Amino acid sequence: MKSRFSPDFDIIIVGGGHAGCEAAAVAARMGARVALVSFQRDTIGAMSCNPAIGGLGKGHLVREVDAFDGIIARAADDAAIHYRMLNASKGAAVQGPRIQADRRLFKASVQRQLAATPNLTILQGEAAALLFTSETSQKIAGLRLADDGEISAAAVILATGTFLGGKLFRGEERLEGGRIGENSALRLADQIRGAGLPMARLKTGTPPRLDGRTIDWAALPEQPSDGGCWTMSAMTKRRAVPEVFCAMTRTNHHTHDIIRSGLDRSPLFGGDIQGQGPRYCPSIEDKIFRFGDRDGHQIFLEPEALDSHYVYPNGISTSLPTDIQIALVQSMPGLAQCEIIVSGYAVEYDYIDPRALDHSLAVCGFDGLYCAGQINGTTGYEEAAAQGLIAGMGAACRLLDRPMPALDRSNSYIAVMIDDLVLQGVTEPYRMLTARAEYRLRLRADNAATRLTPLAIEVGAAGEDRKSAFFGQMTQRDALISALTDHATADDLARAGLPVKADAGRMPLIDWLRFPVVTVKALLTVSRETIAFSESIMAEVEQDGRYAPYIQRQEAEIRDIAANERIGLPSNFDYGAIAGLSNEMVERLSLARPDTLAAAARVRGVTPAALAAILVHAKRASTHASQAA
Amino acid sequence: MSAADTIFALSSGAPPAAIAIIRISGPSAFAAVQLLAGRIPAARRPSLAKLYDPIDHALLDEALLLLFPAPNSATGEDLAELHLHGGRAVVRAVERALAAIPRLRPAQAGEFTRRAFLNGRMDLNEAEGLSDLLLAETEHQRRAAANMIGGGFSRAIGGWREELLHISALTEAELDLSDEDDVADQNTNVICDACNRLAEEIHQLLQQPQAEKLRDGLRIVLGGPPNSGKSTLLNALAAREAAIVSDIAGTTRDVIEVPISIEGIPLILTDTAGIRNECGDPVEAMGIARARGAFAGADMILWLGPQGEGPNHPAVIEVDTKSDLAADRIKSGDALWVSGKTGAGLAAMVAEILHRARGMLPPADGFAVNARQRGWLTEAAGALRLASAADDWLIIAEQLRLARLALDALTGRAHTEDLLDTLFGTFCVGK
Repeated sequence: MKSRFSPDFDIIIVGGGHAGCEAAAVAARMGARVALVSFQRDTIGAMSCNPAIGGLGKGHLVREVDAFDGIIARAADDAAIHYRMLNASKGAAVQGPRIQADRRLFKASVQRQLAATPNLTILQGEAAALLFTSETSQKIAGLRLADDGEISAAAVILATGTFLGGKLFRGEERLEGGRIGENSALRLADQIRGAGLPMARLKTGTPPRLDGRTIDWAALPEQPSDGGCWTMSAMTKRRAVPEVFCAMTRTNHHTHDIIRSGLDRSPLFGGDIQGQGPRYCPSIEDKIFRFGDRDGHQIFLEPEALDSHYVYPNGISTSLPTDIQIALVQSMPGLAQCEIIVSGYAVEYDYIDPRALDHSLAVCGFDGLYCAGQINGTTGYEEAAAQGLIAGMGAACRLLDRPMPALDRSNSYIAVMIDDLVLQGVTEPYRMLTARAEYRLRLRADNAATRLTPLAIEVGAAGEDRKSAFFGQMTQRDALISALTDHATADDLARAGLPVKADAGRMPLIDWLRFPVVTVKALLTVSRETIAFSESIMAEVEQDGRYAPYIQRQEAEIRDIAANERIGLPSNFDYGAIAGLSNEMVERLSLARPDTLAAAARVRGVTPAALAAILVHAKRASTHASQAA
Repeated sequence: MSAADTIFALSSGAPPAAIAIIRISGPSAFAAVQLLAGRIPAARRPSLAKLYDPIDHALLDEALLLLFPAPNSATGEDLAELHLHGGRAVVRAVERALAAIPRLRPAQAGEFTRRAFLNGRMDLNEAEGLSDLLLAETEHQRRAAANMIGGGFSRAIGGWREELLHISALTEAELDLSDEDDVADQNTNVICDACNRLAEEIHQLLQQPQAEKLRDGLRIVLGGPPNSGKSTLLNALAAREAAIVSDIAGTTRDVIEVPISIEGIPLILTDTAGIRNECGDPVEAMGIARARGAFAGADMILWLGPQGEGPNHPAVIEVDTKSDLAADRIKSGDALWVSGKTGAGLAAMVAEILHRARGMLPPADGFAVNARQRGWLTEAAGALRLASAADDWLIIAEQLRLARLALDALTGRAHTEDLLDTLFGTFCVGK
């Protein structure tokens, strides 16, 4: 190791997946000197499973990471070959932008963006061990590589995905590794287990990859790209990659019989896999086992790249033996002649109970150790990227002595996820869902920049281009809102062709938006405004107005909770000493270590009576402390 | 509220009595016992001790001491009971001595129960049940309160909560999964019907008479012109063998209230100033205005005036008191004939009052819903109605969330995870 007074880097990131890349990029944007360590330089930014970015809840996360000037949304736009706005017929708050990506273009974009980021060095190597300032210290000093080289740094972010103790299962086959054809990080896993961190196993899976040249596309219904012009990133001007279509097929009774015939050879049902898999992304054998009465399950056939014949069959994640996989694929319409290029498999891997982390994803009890992504028990590129952003900002803020941006459940999905993870832990791989966000009406994918870019600018995570683009947008937004402050009556609106109830009186134009027939465009004709506003700004303001009464109500709710956010709880609070808490509550609270009373209220199973008891004890403890002082 | 305070209060009935029990609860409870008795007796074992005033060392009383250390006490805190001789002077002297001890103060109303709740000794609904039980004076009140402590109410809400979670799961499946997955499209009609059904069930419970009626008693107002025999009737009712006249709350020139209990049912008899159409006396005019107010707040009116000229009220009982002989009655056959003097007809009238009263009180085997609980239930039912009227899935989901919040406020359960459990337990989702 070099002199401890001038370490090689400020922050080392282990892992070049979506969490690692986002962590490295944000820390470097903020001015920290960053090293990104990966097994293989050319797998950085790889999409290991589904070639898609976004979706319901996940699309929100992508837009929020983008609002912090992150890289995932731009990479998605650079690679998008199919666009779909999910829930397009429903309110904007639950609309989820989703794209399918050309894997190669995506990876290339990520690598290009990282290369263009100053302060960021990419190192190829296997992380072997965390280094501490002394043998008994919990303070990070750097990282040892498998070739015994040492790199010094004040912080290490582990973003190792499924590679920590990863084990692959397919029928009777067993392989060590985090992804097919790649090693797993066994030595690092041993050290972390030895360090006494709470760890457990989770499971996930991936479907077989099909040869697109052997699919009878003409026999299958098409799902075209949506033909719109929205993009994932606010910085992308227009769609630039040719768009393709996907197709749909279905499982049938015959498919289900084939799957049942192979269940006894499945590692999932033979008891070989202990880890809990995701309920919202079950393997096809799980689906048949649990919901066998269904007559079929829809399968999307998604091309993996423009110049590749790999096709991803979305919906048949499986670890059945290869011969069963072939039979089940060929039992579906359009796939009778289909060939499998790579069989599906299940991965079981170590994760760290995220309740051992704080809200910046730092491991409690250590100085300078962070975890982000799948290692924390989540699933999905988007969830990983968002955690990378938080851990990267957390480590950089700490080193640069800046306050963390004030993210909370009322302003971002990112904070909802982090808060869920560190307070509740996980029992299955955690996936973002809009149902998890209680203030869903405020947290739309289309207003992520308005919500969060000011925080990004404040913490120094936004580059100059982002800032000037954002200020331009805000100027437009303000101009539009002020154009809508004029008052109008129902008659005025009726003359503009808007049929609204006449008894609503005279209101500011913007207030009329709560009537679903009223649009911003129509209101601008009433106000005779001549400035041309961008479609996205008009849509955003329209949605703000549409749900204004509900949002105001939620604001009152948030204010109520804010009072409890101000009541701090010490991290060494002895929940066992509080009478009336059940053992289960004591365990959950002790693991989660909520830092405020409001956070304690969110821990699952904590009742108002328990909360009141915690409050009393906290006050008593602080009274004693102040008496002792 | 400061939890560091130690509180005390006379916890038995008003002196004089054979014994009087003073409870002391809080961190300094045992220290207070030490100051008064010179020692701290063993926990949970009655011990006789002489109590002295810590300031002038005068003997206060010889008392039985009983100590319950935290957390296994009624309040969850250190709790001491002093069983004193029940004379007024003794009690007052001990209270004065306790008040002089630093960090001790007299308890506010309900403060022992509140501490028990705060220390997790009971949940909010149970705490409310207990406070009603402690206040219960009649058998009917006692049974309803016992039912609340027993958790009957929480069970009913639990059922609604499950139903609400199910409706919410259907809605969230539509929002979070339908467009990404092959979850069958939900029909807003199904959700709408389910919301209405649930709102109706909650509404049914809200239609039940209020807990406050059970606690405070049904208000029975005697009305009629001056000298129509109201006071005679009131006295006859109050003097009945079975009636317990507990207190004369206030005797004003205009309105007299007499709380009584007949067959376990709490009633408040109210005599009003006579109603006359014209009157010149401004003082009496005020009395009549108050009488009209009493009619408005009445649960039942015994009308002694001319038939059909009583106040407009859903529960008017025409009473004929003008004659002491049934044969000489003035009003029609529907009216109840009572002789205040001889007591004839009184039993039949009491039976009629009780019959009507039972319909107005929560059933003894049900549970009484108090104002706080009604508030949340009303909110839940309102949100459900709005959900059923909405056609935007987002608004439906938001109203369902508000309904869940309201039920959670009642029972203190349910987090988003419960919703997701229901969601994933119901649907085969995911790819």
